[in-house]
Amino acid sequence: MSALAGVRVIELANERIAFAGKLLADMGADVILVEPPGGDPARLYPPFLDDEPGPDRSLWWWHYHTSKRGVVLDLDDAGDRARFKALAATADVLLESEPAGRLAELGLDYDALRQVREDLIFVSMTPFGRGSPNGGAPATDLTLLAGGGPAWSCGYDDHALPPVRGGGNQGFHTGCHFAVMATLTALFHRLSSGEGQFIDVSMHGAQNVTTEAASYSWLVARQTVQRQTGRHAGVRPSQSTQMRCKDGRWVNTGVPPRAPAEFAQILGWLRELGLEDQLPEAIFLEMGAALPKPITYDLIGVDDEATAIFSAGREALALIAENLGAYDFFVGFQRRGIAVGVIYSPEEAFEDEHFRARGFQVVVPHEDLGRAFRYPGAPYKLPASPWRIARRAPRLGEHDREILG
Amino acid sequence: MEKRVETATAEALAGVRVCDFCGQLAGAGATRWLAAFGAEVIRIEDPVREGRWDILRGVGPYVDERRGIEFGGGFNNHNTQKLGVTINLRTERGKELLTELVRQSDCVTENFAVGVLERWGFGYERLKAIKPDIVYVSNCGFGHTGPYKSFKTWGPIVQAVSGLTFSSGLPDLPPAGWGYSYMDHTGGYYMAMAILLALLHKKRTGEGQWVDLACTEAALTLHGPALLDWTVNGRPGRRQGQPHSNRDLSPPMAPHGIYPCRGDDAWVAIACRDDADWERLSSAIGADWTAGFAAQAARLANQDALDAAVSGWTASQDKFAVQRTLREAGVPCSAVQTPQERIDQDPDTEGRWPTVTHTAMGQVRVDGIPVRMSKTPWRIERGAPCLGEHNEAVFGRLLGLSAQDVAQLREEGAI
Repeated sequence: MSALAGVRVIELANERIAFAGKLLADMGADVILVEPPGGDPARLYPPFLDDEPGPDRSLWWWHYHTSKRGVVLDLDDAGDRARFKALAATADVLLESEPAGRLAELGLDYDALRQVREDLIFVSMTPFGRGSPNGGAPATDLTLLAGGGPAWSCGYDDHALPPVRGGGNQGFHTGCHFAVMATLTALFHRLSSGEGQFIDVSMHGAQNVTTEAASYSWLVARQTVQRQTGRHAGVRPSQSTQMRCKDGRWVNTGVPPRAPAEFAQILGWLRELGLEDQLPEAIFLEMGAALPKPITYDLIGVDDEATAIFSAGREALALIAENLGAYDFFVGFQRRGIAVGVIYSPEEAFEDEHFRARGFQVVVPHEDLGRAFRYPGAPYKLPASPWRIARRAPRLGEHDREILG
Repeated sequence: MEKRVETATAEALAGVRVCDFCGQLAGAGATRWLAAFGAEVIRIEDPVREGRWDILRGVGPYVDERRGIEFGGGFNNHNTQKLGVTINLRTERGKELLTELVRQSDCVTENFAVGVLERWGFGYERLKAIKPDIVYVSNCGFGHTGPYKSFKTWGPIVQAVSGLTFSSGLPDLPPAGWGYSYMDHTGGYYMAMAILLALLHKKRTGEGQWVDLACTEAALTLHGPALLDWTVNGRPGRRQGQPHSNRDLSPPMAPHGIYPCRGDDAWVAIACRDDADWERLSSAIGADWTAGFAAQAARLANQDALDAAVSGWTASQDKFAVQRTLREAGVPCSAVQTPQERIDQDPDTEGRWPTVTHTAMGQVRVDGIPVRMSKTPWRIERGAPCLGEHNEAVFGRLLGLSAQDVAQLREEGAI
């Protein structure tokens, strides 16, 4: 049985909250997407199937609305508002990200809908939260990540270059993660108490608490982190952790080696690769391998021997990177117990044998096109209540008759 | 403005007990959510290594000059509202104590490398034998199956292998990546969702399960449209001119970027969603050159020139002045805020940074939760537990041990 079988969710179509609906729908909730006549604007977001625009061809739409059914209702029309209320009366959860005041004007805010569904869980996720002094300010993924903290920490050592927004809509995703955690928490409470409630999620607030040390360095010690290329922003500068390999691709070298076993492994691999002669510092790797315990950070730059061993480890990584492709660097070090990572593009990760072996790729039929496509799969594996894409995203008004009668 | 709903409140997860081996942020972040909503989260640490498996235990930032395992600022931030006990699983008595705790718990959580809990003698089969409906949630970099299951990760490595590092950057430069462990936070969010889903399932069916969460897989779900562009259209993300993540292709917006302002490292983000946004921005700029970019197609085709021109307008201004002007005009805009600006000077985060009381550190501000729930608000008042801080309380209340019993266990090296 799906974890959310029998849970009905009404989602008022909006690009910001679409991912929250998908997360619930793929776990078995009956999510009904309500769009205005003519469709939600996100139906026209590229990329498109075969690069031909069309309301049922947006791959953005396909991804964010899997497992949902869709209806069209004109909330500016009294008759449709009544139909919407009747639908809300059958719902367990409502997801919305409407402009401030809009639902109250329509008579469809929490106070109105709880009259037809007493135990409704009403989830409002907006850029700054309900009641914010900035409630009316428009926001996008970019402006949320800029104002909420992430952009301050991302970018390059060279601060003449702008801070960077991490790609892929992550500001919206972060808001949706909080909306879903809150919804599941409220569903749990409702199972024991029978009560619904009003949930107000601030997307700006969500970014603010998703910045790791940037926030708590300030909160705890009034220290300010500074962005650095490809690694953690820091209060003090740290050494680079990205290297370019022989094939021109990049790897992340993680935490540099400090343990005796790591130095022994690196030395052994250098020998296998016939590279020991090219590393004058190899002798320090031998000394590192013979250490009684790992080098601690406080010794680096203070104790000459510890510093030389530590530097030799980094030099060895650089030499191996010069001589191997990024994938071989990644797998070779990981098989030797040293945590490094290849910097994959998303599709390279998707095609990697590990994720294939775990069944991450799933095939979704598009019977209307007579085709089927591979989609990204489950974020978590719950064997007793599995994640599943139950159906492709709905075409405009596809389930009007089935749901509205 | 919406009305505030004032009603009696309760703890949403009251009565849920979690036997928690989580550490770092990817695990601790998940059980932090549960604790804030009233679950009893019992953090179990190794007394022999003084809990240092969690590298954040003794690491800064620090509130003052004191150092050591009770003074890590990140550790305190990620472990609020939890109870802390020590158990030495190398000892038989320690194994018995854990067995009793599991018997009385709903959930066991961990983010060790593959096989660690199994080697301690508490793999899923054993947990299930102790408590048939136990929810067991493991969170590790590559998951518990597959060719890379033994590979080790930190947040930056998860981000590298899943495509997140690649897709954050400017063209013809190395990846900029994420300047923090985005996937430790987000892995924690997925772990919290997984725990809640499994607890819901258990509450409805009586059935437990083992949830295998791989942080890299959770991360890979965060590139949906780009992955479909690959599987449907065969278009790779690794292509000329990409990534360019301060711009936006889906939907296409221009101008769309982060522009320099007056002052040291001062920047403002501006996004024009459509021609109407551009008209508003043009009016605010009030210069002739804007006429050359009236059509969205022209703006998209000439983004380098457009960005240079917009930078020319922003560069002499204060970032918050630009933000005020453009927000009043209705254009999406935000200053790139420093930690101080967004934490201490932003009316929209006021009241969102609770102060906790930590037994050793004293009063410390921490991350809040950006969600207001009318019936079941969160509560973050207590700091992270000191090592074994709640041994007497937990072993006393749940296992019926006296203070002398607990002292004896400490003497024996079992806790």
